[in-house]
Amino acid sequence: MGEFIGKSVKRREDARFLKGMGKYTDDIKLPKMTHSAFVRSPYAHAKIENVDISEAEKADGVVAIFTGKDACGEYGVPCGWQVDFKNGETMREPKHPLLAKDKIRHLGEAVTIVIAETLEQARDAAELVEVDYEELPAVTDPKKAMEEGAPLVHDDWDSNAAFDWCIGNDRAEVEAALEKAHHVTEMEYRNQRLAPNAMEPRSYIADYDVNGDKYTLYTSTQNPHLIRLLMCAFVLGLPEHKVRIVSKDVGGGFGSKIYHYTEEALLTWAAKEIGRPVKWTSDRSEAFLTDAHGRDHVVKSRMGFDKDGKIVAHLTDEYCGMGAYLSTFAPAVPTYLHGTLFQGVYTTPLIHLNVIAPFTHTVPVDAYRGAGRPEATYLLERIISKGAQEMGMDAAEIRYKNFIPPFDGVEEAGYQTQVALQYDSGNYEAALKKGLERLGYDDFRKEQSEARKNGRLLGVGISTYIEGCGIAPSAVVGALGARAGLYEVGQVRVQPTGKVSVFTGAHSHGQGHETVFAQFVADKLGIDMADVEIEHGDTDQVAFGMGTYGSRSLAVGGSAIIKSIDKILEKGAKIAAHKLEAAEDDLEYASGKWTVKGTDKSVSFGDVALTAYVPHNYPEGLEPGLDFSSFYDPSNFTYPFGTHIAVVEVDADTGAVELQRFIAVDDVGNIMNPMIVEGQIHGGVAQGVGQALLEEVAYDEAGQMITGSYMDYAMPRADDLPMIETENTVTPCPHNPLGVKGAGEAGAIGSTPAVVNAVVDALAHLGVTDIQMPLKPQTVWKAMQN
Amino acid sequence: MNEKIKKNSFLTNQIQVSLKINAKNRSLTLDSRTSLLDALREHLELNGTKKGCDHGQCGACTVIMNGKRQLSCLTLAATCEGANVLTIEGLAKKDKMHPMQGAFVKHDGFQCGYCTPGQICSAVALLQEAKDGDASYVTADVRNISKELKLSEEEIRERLSGNICRCGAYNNIVQAFKEVHSADDEMPTWKFATKMQMKSAKRK
Ligand code: FES
Ligand code: FES
Repeated sequence: MGEFIGKSVKRREDARFLKGMGKYTDDIKLPKMTHSAFVRSPYAHAKIENVDISEAEKADGVVAIFTGKDACGEYGVPCGWQVDFKNGETMREPKHPLLAKDKIRHLGEAVTIVIAETLEQARDAAELVEVDYEELPAVTDPKKAMEEGAPLVHDDWDSNAAFDWCIGNDRAEVEAALEKAHHVTEMEYRNQRLAPNAMEPRSYIADYDVNGDKYTLYTSTQNPHLIRLLMCAFVLGLPEHKVRIVSKDVGGGFGSKIYHYTEEALLTWAAKEIGRPVKWTSDRSEAFLTDAHGRDHVVKSRMGFDKDGKIVAHLTDEYCGMGAYLSTFAPAVPTYLHGTLFQGVYTTPLIHLNVIAPFTHTVPVDAYRGAGRPEATYLLERIISKGAQEMGMDAAEIRYKNFIPPFDGVEEAGYQTQVALQYDSGNYEAALKKGLERLGYDDFRKEQSEARKNGRLLGVGISTYIEGCGIAPSAVVGALGARAGLYEVGQVRVQPTGKVSVFTGAHSHGQGHETVFAQFVADKLGIDMADVEIEHGDTDQVAFGMGTYGSRSLAVGGSAIIKSIDKILEKGAKIAAHKLEAAEDDLEYASGKWTVKGTDKSVSFGDVALTAYVPHNYPEGLEPGLDFSSFYDPSNFTYPFGTHIAVVEVDADTGAVELQRFIAVDDVGNIMNPMIVEGQIHGGVAQGVGQALLEEVAYDEAGQMITGSYMDYAMPRADDLPMIETENTVTPCPHNPLGVKGAGEAGAIGSTPAVVNAVVDALAHLGVTDIQMPLKPQTVWKAMQN
Repeated sequence: MNEKIKKNSFLTNQIQVSLKINAKNRSLTLDSRTSLLDALREHLELNGTKKGCDHGQCGACTVIMNGKRQLSCLTLAATCEGANVLTIEGLAKKDKMHPMQGAFVKHDGFQCGYCTPGQICSAVALLQEAKDGDASYVTADVRNISKELKLSEEEIRERLSGNICRCGAYNNIVQAFKEVHSADDEMPTWKFATKMQMKSAKRK
């Protein structure tokens, strides 16, 4: 045992990806398949006066055209999470139609779908659809959406708020503590809107088989079973057992492919209408306009400190844009995935967060890598550094002063926060110490002051983050408004020859599950990795599942598989005992065989498997077969944490920021495959640095997007990043069998404030205390001039 | 419009083009607006080359045409008459991977794999650019440029910056390139789990 766990096993996915043999949805072509194109609104807010498809219908190759007046227009995609107003009023939940009928509520909203023999024909015909709009004033900024007289996104209510929610201690108590604080640091800024931009655009193919009355949807989703459930139960009213969702290779998700999108349901509906398969693949422009965005918080915050720099209270008010409709998890993101992290890694005794979540005339906002937690971390890590700067303290020192002391969650209890959660285990100062050592903090400070004398602007930024992952205990999230459970399913089927097929409800879109899961399955069973196959992403194969997001695959999905393995070994022991004519208690299992303790009598895993399927000489009363499925519902979230440190140089003439070093010390609990963990961290850091320095979705006043291509939306590229230096500390998770915490989002959560802190540090002697992200050269340069 | 064409096929402006793709001669009848990328994907079942933007802004569609990197989404198939195109599917010789493919595995140069064909084609063609002494935006002195360039890390990052990887595998892509380009095979930093860790992993 233990051959594979913890080793950087090369990925099994590699071979097909390297040779261009991956099978992404757009690579699939079905016989008689048609293609589709959408007519999308060029306005953010408008009345639809008329839709004329008569010319388009006559165009070459057109198979069908549907508008909001067709039956599909009645349906809507649902929201999966209910967050009510703090005064008890129910969350406002508008219908999200598959095709807009009377009204447009965001730029790019679909009005008509044109289906034709070829993609070119579908696009040509879409050009011929005439839509008359009456443009209306729009609001895109979440704070402005709550101002008196702001245009309403939904006429059913008298304000744009979807909900108004709070968490933490009593507001008055927090305010009183701030009054009395020795020093109060204030911040007002915007955590800007981001576009997730998975390199594979969303792509769907729907197929209807009239013979079996069966639907198949090939989709680039992170979440096949939930899509099926939502589509069948809420959108189209289809029989769930006759719908198959296939989602094999997916080219990145980062959150944007968790949700049930209107196009998925519309294509499925249309496939039956036309009696032929239909495909739609988003182009990049559509992706900017229609993929759920991330972030979009307008923040006002105050943190109070005593004279030693200890935090005494923290009060924050936020406006968090929801976009025009509520996407699947949208309400959870700025609330339960955000406010519950306001404790950070500090002993802050009093915390209050209020969130108003307005509708705006923009594409829906939902989880994007980190989902709510990067926004919480950004706030905490910026404001504590700003506090240190204002009080003349060192950024590391103020953190050491405020850290929650180490606890392992076994000997010492978990840490109860002021904001509902109980942390599982943590050792925050160890990570900071390791990071500072790696950097050579004291030497850097010397170098920095030398450089300043020569007019060079060097800065260092620290971020000591925590995140809540391993999403999530169903009862807890249920109490918080989730409309689904968040357990995971793992089935282990031992084939008669002893080969093992594992079916997981988690979904891999770059995370390497096929490798990591096989590693620990092979280890636990004491067999060769080559004898283990991991299957995912097909609802006909996998019993059920809740998909991959929230760094949950290994912590929750892996644990479900472990449960099944335990059942396999338990039943296997019964069969082995029978074959060996020994008592079960006298057997031990190691290296793929059951041995009678103290003897050399043994029977192999393969033998037992065969006996289970050919049960001629078999324990009485025992069922044949060796195949178990388990649901694992975690008892708590997991809480990865760590320290990220950025070193930057700001060009004194232009304000351009050069990221010179980036050190990431992450504690993700036990590590199954260091190589894959490191890759996840690199990727997260790239995205977090992207937010700090480059990325922003900008809408103008009328709701037009002015960053709708890679020429305007700056993605982090190879030359924007240094070699990222990674380190780990290991504090195992005490409540799951693998002791793992999750690594998918850590990089994106910890890195953003580290970079901004570094830039502010570089300019601190000029009196700069804050700069609005993204830190474009002109923004930084302007800050330097004031 | 030619009524016959309209009836017999779905092509509006039909053109013919003959070119060599992965060492095979191919003749295609295409709508004149078809990009090389769509020709590969939709007409030749060569799905390895990916579409990330269709606007020449992401590099996912990079192929090697007449020895140079080419964005196939910005290349009209009609202009490729007689061209010699190499795609990701043609890089490996039988079962033997191109050294760049091997280095991508060794250094874990990708995650979801979607940008990977473009990254690899870009990296392979870049090896040749370095040999030929092609200048880049960060080349210090473009007047004094020699053949057989040994690219610095800054040069490599600049020259690979046309290929976006949203999974952020840049560290490892750059390392993989370095290994093939300059035999600098500094291994990545993954550290192996200690016995202690493995023990506690089994603690229930
Ligand atoms: S698809 Fe050609 S550059 Fe993006
Ligand atoms: S590996 Fe996913 S985009 Fe590069």
